[in-house]
Amino acid sequence: MTTITNNKEEALIVKEQDVVPLRNRVKEYGVKIGMSILNQTKLITATSELVRNLLKYGGGGKVIIESVSNGRENGVRVTFIDNGPGIADIELAMKDGYSTGKSLGLGLPGTKRLVNEFDIKSELGNGTTVTITKWKNG
Amino acid sequence: MERIPILKMGDFLLVTIQVDLYDQLAENLESDLINTISKHSSKGVLIDISAVSIIDSFMGRILGNIAVMSRILDAQTVVVGMQPAVAITLVELGLSLNGVISALNVEKGMDLLRSKMRTSDNEEPEYDDDNE
Repeated sequence: MTTITNNKEEALIVKEQDVVPLRNRVKEYGVKIGMSILNQTKLITATSELVRNLLKYGGGGKVIIESVSNGRENGVRVTFIDNGPGIADIELAMKDGYSTGKSLGLGLPGTKRLVNEFDIKSELGNGTTVTITKWKNG
Repeated sequence: MERIPILKMGDFLLVTIQVDLYDQLAENLESDLINTISKHSSKGVLIDISAVSIIDSFMGRILGNIAVMSRILDAQTVVVGMQPAVAITLVELGLSLNGVISALNVEKGMDLLRSKMRTSDNEEPEYDDDNE
């Protein structure tokens, strides 16, 4: 299944105050394709969780927002790229209840439940890239 | 620095969150609220989140903290007006907001706080094993 990108933009995230404008931009992408309020809320909540990880563990980074289509449906894809220390054990990080930080440990597995597609790539010393996709009716 | 206003209404404190919170703002609200409870010996806190379109795990933790801290200072916290989409998202995310009492709107929240004050006034001298 191939997806095509209709629209795309990048944002640099270096401080906490960048989070709210980013959430608003992601929401606008959802509104533009007619996503329901519930799916918009899930998408921006997932974005908020991941951008917090990006700041806390990755020391900031880049976020790409895309409006995508797979032929049948439109959706929003958000990619979070940091150059932080990376995740040693992704399988462990994806377990419910696991956290190295002071948060609740819901981050990654909780976030995964909110979106339709969730992909994580990480290499020790080379940062982490997380990509999420939420389809309009997903 | 930006702050969320806290209104004093008799024994209660009223907080209406009209903006989407970033972390520092939420942390300021937590400490301001706890200080205000202590300063005025408030008995109840009502937090209106009807204008909040997103609660993530951080914000959820702050709400839980506020509820626990105020209880330690002998005040009850009621969160009112949560949007349905926010409630659904919170549960799917895995946050159940344990310990946070909620009500549908400000009016019901106020009633709840008043009834809680009444019961806590009455139950002091006796063990309420027949009030179940």
